[in-house]
This record gives sequence, structure tokens and C-alpha cells, in this order.
Amino acid sequence: MGRFLPLILKNCWRNHRRTLLTVFSIGVSLCLLGVVMALYKAFYFAKPNDSQALRLITRNRVSLALPMPIFYGPKIAQIHGVREVMMSQWFGGTYKDARDPNNFFARLGVEQEKLFTVVGEMVIPEDQKNAFLHDRTGCILGKNLAQRLKLKVGDRITIVGDIFPLNLDMTIRGLLEMPQDDSVLYFHWKYLEESIPLARRSNISTFSILADSIDDSPRVAKAVDDMFHNSPFETKTESELQFNLSFLAFLGNVKVFLLSICGAVVFSILLVSANTMAMSVRERSREVGILKTIGFTTSQVLGVILGEAVLISEAGAVLGLLLAMLLCAGVSKAVPMFQGLKIQPVIVAVSLVLAAVIGVASSFVPALGAAKTPIIEAIRDSG
Amino acid sequence: MAIPISYSLRNLAVRKTTTVMTALGIAITVAVLLAVLALVNGLRTAFRASGHPLNVLVLRKGSDNEINSNFTRAAFQALKVKPGIARSSTGGPMASLEIVTAINLPSEANPDGVNITLRGISQPEGIEMRDQVKLAAGRWFQSGKREVVVGASTARRNPVAGLGKTLRFGRGTWLVVGIMDGGNSSANSEIFGDVNQISADFGRSEVVSSALVRATDPVAVHALVNDISDDRQLACTARTEREYYEAQTSSGAPVERVGIVVAIIMAVGSSFAAMNTMYAAVARRTKEIGTLRVLGFSRGGILASFFLESLFLAGLGGVLGCLLVLPLNGFETGIGNFATFSEIAFDFRISPAIMALGVGFSLLMGALGGFFPARAAAKKEILNALREA
Repeated sequence: MGRFLPLILKNCWRNHRRTLLTVFSIGVSLCLLGVVMALYKAFYFAKPNDSQALRLITRNRVSLALPMPIFYGPKIAQIHGVREVMMSQWFGGTYKDARDPNNFFARLGVEQEKLFTVVGEMVIPEDQKNAFLHDRTGCILGKNLAQRLKLKVGDRITIVGDIFPLNLDMTIRGLLEMPQDDSVLYFHWKYLEESIPLARRSNISTFSILADSIDDSPRVAKAVDDMFHNSPFETKTESELQFNLSFLAFLGNVKVFLLSICGAVVFSILLVSANTMAMSVRERSREVGILKTIGFTTSQVLGVILGEAVLISEAGAVLGLLLAMLLCAGVSKAVPMFQGLKIQPVIVAVSLVLAAVIGVASSFVPALGAAKTPIIEAIRDSG
Repeated sequence: MAIPISYSLRNLAVRKTTTVMTALGIAITVAVLLAVLALVNGLRTAFRASGHPLNVLVLRKGSDNEINSNFTRAAFQALKVKPGIARSSTGGPMASLEIVTAINLPSEANPDGVNITLRGISQPEGIEMRDQVKLAAGRWFQSGKREVVVGASTARRNPVAGLGKTLRFGRGTWLVVGIMDGGNSSANSEIFGDVNQISADFGRSEVVSSALVRATDPVAVHALVNDISDDRQLACTARTEREYYEAQTSSGAPVERVGIVVAIIMAVGSSFAAMNTMYAAVARRTKEIGTLRVLGFSRGGILASFFLESLFLAGLGGVLGCLLVLPLNGFETGIGNFATFSEIAFDFRISPAIMALGVGFSLLMGALGGFFPARAAAKKEILNALREA
């Protein structure tokens, strides 16, 4: 087949406007497909980093909006395989103008002395860490987040409460770095607890549990939920990644949404490619007759036409992947949640294979028709 | 003289396969756009239907949704005596003290459970104020009892909350004594019960969520809103119920934004495909174009004819796209509402306006894809065109 490559290339290029249009069309669609697959992979096949994999989150089984009593903490700590338990309170609230999505980030009231053990992947200069630990109204936040908000160490920051009837006035004591999205601000849970009405104290929205090992974590999660089964505040314990996914599920059926986009895109590429091949084969029936006259077999003719279709859709795939890489780079810069979104080798492989399949599927019918046409008829046809 | 429109139409009919394939490509793009728009439209309809123009929602000052508003019983007592509030069937002020929270129920689509809004209301004011809510089966809950009435779509989507079933939340079990039909409103995906029972169960007897009051007439609405918002001692904000729900339509914003971006990218691809088809049409008919010119048709006429053909092609795609997405109309789905931390169920709604937008979108693709080939056709020299094989 290899010796027909020059012929295939020549065929591709004879109507270069059509070929280019087809390549662009397939490229744009495959770019979209690549980005959607990258999103899908980031959402549902994310690999936790070592420290993340050990973390479990316990919340009220009914809803994140409902609290649990804080005495659950010491009870959880007694479970075998639990290295550390930290209370973590979602504060909500608004920073400056809530309509600007840049101003949205997590504000968590935590047990500051346990924070650096439980979120072990966090990197922060020792002096900043100590400054934070010793200031009840101090807070630390992600370095990238601080850059986005144009904040630096020593600045004052005010979060206006909504779930809690108070405003948090804090001083930024440090900037932290971590491999995942760092759109988070940590402050002392005690500061919040001492500022709210008595009736609302002694409640917490989540516990962060650090397990001894990855093998332990499913057992620990079950043990926690079993412990509080049938109590007025039942719990749900899941890995940190699953916990994050539950927010995504909130946007609606994201899985179905992404998959339907993939389906629509693949089908439209198939149509575009099939249309192009049908047009170019139709124009060439006379040529096919000549090829057969000089000794090409039916399967060879078929191979040449299929090869052309595959080559064109592969070119589209390469273009699409390049576009997708650019788009992903842009998205991961612009949207902190998608930080690190990229086209992985597996997506490249899937796209290339898909392009080949589309090439074959789209051209098989016209190619077979052309290859099977008797020589006399093909030559007689003036195209 | 212009080339007859039937010429363009016949040309499309002659190249059936190509026409259908190109139109289908455009149809898929249009369908993606329409599906997203129908989703957002459905969501908007559900929220819009939820608010009565005479109802005023009162929240703690500074709070913009019910789930994080801490409205006190003391404030409710002060609120009830404000002038301009209508009377209920019992003769008292038409005002309902409400608590809004969420409970988690497994659904068929989501065995792990979805959050459903649980709303404690005052009997009978809370029900009387919601005109669109009708009892579909069973009876209303009685105050002081551990009974709830479930929205029709919640009951459908979450079989565990059917009529006669018991639900476990708060400090014990609750009996489902009725199913309510909320029309298009969000009550369809909520659970109603007695405010006193529910707030006691969640340990929030004193601090609940909000109050809903009915003004006597449209003029009184504004007076009431201003009166409440300006009362410094009350420390509450009031807005009409309709305004409040309309602001919540933003739950659909992420899906809407992503969907539109996807549709635009797909449209670029479809335009290229349409261009391809039209270039092929021009190439095949070079001789014909020459003949038309010889017959006296102008360059402009040929440009218009091919451009029109492309518009027809795309318009066909647009109509096909509408047909493709039509089965989705009325399809029920749910989306999370960050204002209540729970799910709101609604139907996809395809309106004539949305379909018109879809066809318009397809015509735009046709125009983009058809212009250059049509110009190429118009530019052909008569002699060269006739000479070509």
C-alpha cells in the first residue's frame, strides 16, 4: 500500500480548496471534541495527588447546608486508621462584588494547628505559617488567588457574611502554594465560633479526615458513617475528589451534557467527511476506470480512496488537536477551576484513532461503489 | 431580470445526497443550540411562574436568598401588623412564616440522592398565597402534625416520596399525606410542611428563613416593600416574589454559556461544510453559469441565485434541527439551585421564538458558507465558463 502514498497525496491535493475546507471543518469539530474529552477526563478520571488521596470529607448526609455537632470530631479520631481529624467550616459570604466570578473562592474556618498536617501538600514559608498560627484574625490564601485579587501579605480583607450574621475582618498572614486549584482562604475557626450567637455554636459543616493509608480510607469512610447511623445527624463520608464532584453534579447532569456534545460533534464530522468523499469520488469515476484498465485491482482502488479519506481526516485531527491545546491553555489560565486542563496523550490517541475510523466509515460506501463499477461504464461516464 | 427561485430549489433537489448531508450537519449544530436555549427557557418559565406579583418576600437585611437568611419570629410579629397586607380566609393577616432547608432523597437518576427543598409554611396562609399550587392527590398537611405534601415532580423523580410513604429527616419520620401540582412553579420540586414542626426538628425554632406576605393591591406592593425595607428596627429587605425568583434563573448560566460556545464552534465547522458543498455546486455547473450569462442574466443575478441556494440549504438544516430537538420539548430534568442548595425540576421548553432563533442561526451559517462560492460563480468569464468540460 505504501507505494500508493504519492498517488493518495496527489489525489488529496488536486482540489485543494475542498481539502482545506474539509480539514478546517473536521479540525474545528475535533478541537471541540478534544476539549470536551479533556474536561470529562479532568472531572471523572482525575488522579488525586498523594496527600489528597488520603483525605476524606465528612458532611451531613442530608445536605452540605446542614451542620453536624462538633463532638463528632473526637469520636471520628478514635476510629482505627484515622491519623487526624480537622473541623472545617464553610463560611460562604461575599467578597467585594459577588457578581464578578473572580471574587468567588472558598472561605474555610479550620483548626489552624491541624491544617498543615491534614493538607500536607500545602507549601508555605515557615515565618508566614507562624504569623498565621499566632493571629486569631489572621488568614492565609492561595498565591494565585492573591495575585488575581491583587492582595499581598499584610493586607486587610473583609468577607461579608450571609450564612453567618457577621463580617470577617482579617489580616493576610501568608500565601500558600499547592498543586491543585488554590482558590481558597483559610482562617481560624475559633474566630468565627466566638463571634456567632450561642445558639448556633458547636456546629460544623465538614470534617476533613486524614487516613493512615490509601487502603484504609474506604474502611474509615464506612466506619464513620456507620458510627452516626440513625442519629439525628447522619453523615456522609467520601474522598475529597468525590466530594468535589458532588458540586459538579449540582450543575445538572454534566456527564450526559458532555457526552451528548461528543455525540453531536462526532456525527457532524462523519457527515462532513462523507459529503466530501462522496463529491470527490463522484467526480472521478472516469479516472477509476483508467486505474483499473492499467491493472489496479478492486481492492487497490478501494485502498487508494479510503487512504485519501483517512489522510484528510487525520490532517483535520492534527489541526483540531493543536487548536484544542491552545484552547485548553487559554481556559486553564482564565478559569482557576480548570487549572492544569490539558490535552493528554490518551486524548491525542483517541482523537487520531477516531479520525481514522471516521475516514474509513465516511468513504467506504462511495469508494466501494466506485471500485466495483465495471471499467467500460466508468470510462464512458464523462464525470 | 432575476433568476427564478425555483432554479435554486431544483438544484438542491438534484443533488439529494449532498444536500441532505450538508443540511443534517447544520441541523445538528442548530439542535445543540436549541437544546441549550430550551433548557434555559424551561428554567426561566419555572422561576417566573413561581412568583405572584402581589406577594412580597421578606429576608434578613443583607441576605439575597432564603437558605442563608436568618429571619426571626420576633421580626415576623412586627411585620404582620404592617399596613397594606391582605386578609386571609381566617381573617388574620395574609402572612406566612417560612423555613427553607434541604433534605436528601435518592432519585432514579441519582441513587446517591439529590437535594430537595423542604419548606415549612404557615397553615393556611402559606397555601392560600400560592395560587398556582393545587392539591393533586391526598390532602394538605395539618399544623402540629408530622405530615408533608410533596411536589408532583419530586414525587415522580423520587419514588421514595410518593403518597402514603414515610420520609426520615430531622428528628424522626414524616408521613406524605398529599401530592401538590404547582403548575410550572418551583413548588413542583419542593416539599411543604408545617413551619413549627420543621423548625423545631432542625433546631431553628426562633431563627427561621423568611416571611411571605400578600399585599392588598399592586399599589400597596410598592408601599409595603418600601415600608419594610426602610424599617431600621426590623432590619429586613423586602422584594416582590417575582423579582426574587427571576434572579435565580442564573442557576442555568453555566450550562447556557458552555452550550452557546459549543454551538458557535460547531457553526464554524458547519459553515465550512456548507462552503464546500456550494463550491462543488458552482464547479459542477460552470457550463450552466456560462449559458445563463449568454442568455442575459447578470452577474448580480447569478450571485443572488447561488447565495439564495446556500440560504435554502442552510434553512432546510435549520428546520431539520428544530424537528430533531422537538422530542425534547416537555422532557423533565433537574438543575441545582445555589440559592437553596437543592434541585429544581423543570421541563425543556421549545418556544416559537427559540425555533425562529435556530432557523436564523442556520441562515447565518448559510450566508457565511454561501457568499464566497456565489461570488466565485458570478466572477466567471462567459467564454471560459462555456469552454470548460
